[in-house]
Amino acid sequence: MIDAVGLHKTYRLKKRRIEALKGVDLHVESGEIYGVVGQSGAGKSTLLRSVNLLERPDGGTVRVGDEELTSLRGARLRQARRHIGMVHQHFALLASRTVAGNVGFPLEVAGASRAARATRVGELLELVGLGDKARAYPSQLSGGQKQRVGIARALASDPKLLLSDEATSALDPVTTESILALLRRLRDELGLTILLITHEMDVIKRICDSAAIMEDGEFRESGRVLDLIGTPGSLLARSLFPLPEHGGPETVFITYPRSFDEPFMSELTRRFDVDVNILGGGVEQVAGQSVGRLSVDMRGSRRGEALTYLSEHGLLVEEAGK
Amino acid sequence: MITNEILYLAQEGNAVTAITDFVQDWPNMWPSLWLGTMDTVYMVWWATVFSVLFGLPLGVLLVATDKGGLIPAPTARAVLSAIVNIGRSLPFIVLMVAVLTLTRFLVGTTLGPTAAIVPLSIGAIPFFARLVETALREVDRGVVEAAHAMGTRKFTIVGKVLLPEAMPGLIAGLVMTVVTLISYSAMAGAIGGGGLGDLAIREGYQRFNDHYLWATVILLVVIVQVAQSLGDLLVRRLSRR
Repeated sequence: MIDAVGLHKTYRLKKRRIEALKGVDLHVESGEIYGVVGQSGAGKSTLLRSVNLLERPDGGTVRVGDEELTSLRGARLRQARRHIGMVHQHFALLASRTVAGNVGFPLEVAGASRAARATRVGELLELVGLGDKARAYPSQLSGGQKQRVGIARALASDPKLLLSDEATSALDPVTTESILALLRRLRDELGLTILLITHEMDVIKRICDSAAIMEDGEFRESGRVLDLIGTPGSLLARSLFPLPEHGGPETVFITYPRSFDEPFMSELTRRFDVDVNILGGGVEQVAGQSVGRLSVDMRGSRRGEALTYLSEHGLLVEEAGK
Repeated sequence: MITNEILYLAQEGNAVTAITDFVQDWPNMWPSLWLGTMDTVYMVWWATVFSVLFGLPLGVLLVATDKGGLIPAPTARAVLSAIVNIGRSLPFIVLMVAVLTLTRFLVGTTLGPTAAIVPLSIGAIPFFARLVETALREVDRGVVEAAHAMGTRKFTIVGKVLLPEAMPGLIAGLVMTVVTLISYSAMAGAIGGGGLGDLAIREGYQRFNDHYLWATVILLVVIVQVAQSLGDLLVRRLSRR
């Protein structure tokens, strides 16, 4: 859906040059939720704005669907933007318009008739669960409701791609949960592709199929979330599951990137004659899958063999000492 | 001087007598007071129309040409801003005299309410333009960005985003401009502009007729109050924040 190659962007502030993008490649598959995570100032906001060319990159190309956006200007660029929805951190709703007026805005801009707008706005508000708020003003809504209006507006022109700029960062945890669930549902029901940026690892864990970690204008790591979790030394795995403090030199951290039916632990003790003592662990939902993580103390002369056995079976093994 | 006045009043009787005299004199003054009020309303009305007609686009341009605006143009903005500042820095009474030639060219005369509309407009256009600029700057940049992301034309952004979102601020600015114009229009009376200011100066000041002075003060206060209240009401009804 998105193919961005070699994106560069430099800002000049007085005498300082800030390289916001240093040659970023971004590939987002159709129908996936792709999350870019990073600290503020990492360039993720610039990256997101490069996709619909709110910021024109200094170098590189952006393709969305089969259109090369970087080659478009003026009316054709505006036309292309109408097929890309965008959701904003602070909602960016027009205070002077009702909920219906806000949701209908993109349709109005595109020249849809009053009747067509009214029908579509009704559908969209039902879709996001705000069917009864059409005549309310944004100031009368809660943060979560405002973001639902923002999402409905972003979907008005029936886009295939949705860009989300920290859509949940201004919301409380419970509301964040419901907005993320809504995004996921919309992806499933409408076949949307979603590119989101966030500084919250939790968002990646909850809804993203693929993710990239961005730092200082570059991708440090990118790929399918489940693959990354199964990759030794992955930053994403470390961030999603920080290694526990406890444990000595014998401690081993074992990550189950998916559910396994095999009884690995009893198998280990039988086969390799090692003692396994479980120190801690947990199971979390990541990208719709259960991912488990154990920290165990493992002792025995055939410890090395045991660890190799686990790795060979697709488990990620990290030793505390290394 | 005030003490003298009180002594004078005390000699004559008391304050009550003074007020009774004033009220009894009101019907005699009314025809000219009514004419003066109408002249003031006429001047202020047309000057307001011209202020909006020219000041609004000027204010929009000041915001749009700024860096990060819709059509960044630093040089054009510097020129516009300088012109506005010149208009804002002249005391109105000086401006009035300074534009006499232009007034004669446009209206054919420098006397009367119609002639006064020229300096009043020239004085109020930059004033209103700055207020428009301030009101437009209050509009959330995120909303403008969202409009861009939705593929909105710049002209449409001005008409459907900037102006509607800034409406309460624009109306408040308009009310401030009207009130300022009422005060300017009284000054225009000093050089024969007509209206209540003219009456206060000719009848009240030059002919020592205190009753005219009081009457024009009362009428001016009433006009300003009415304008301000109507404006406040409108701002409240338009505010959705």
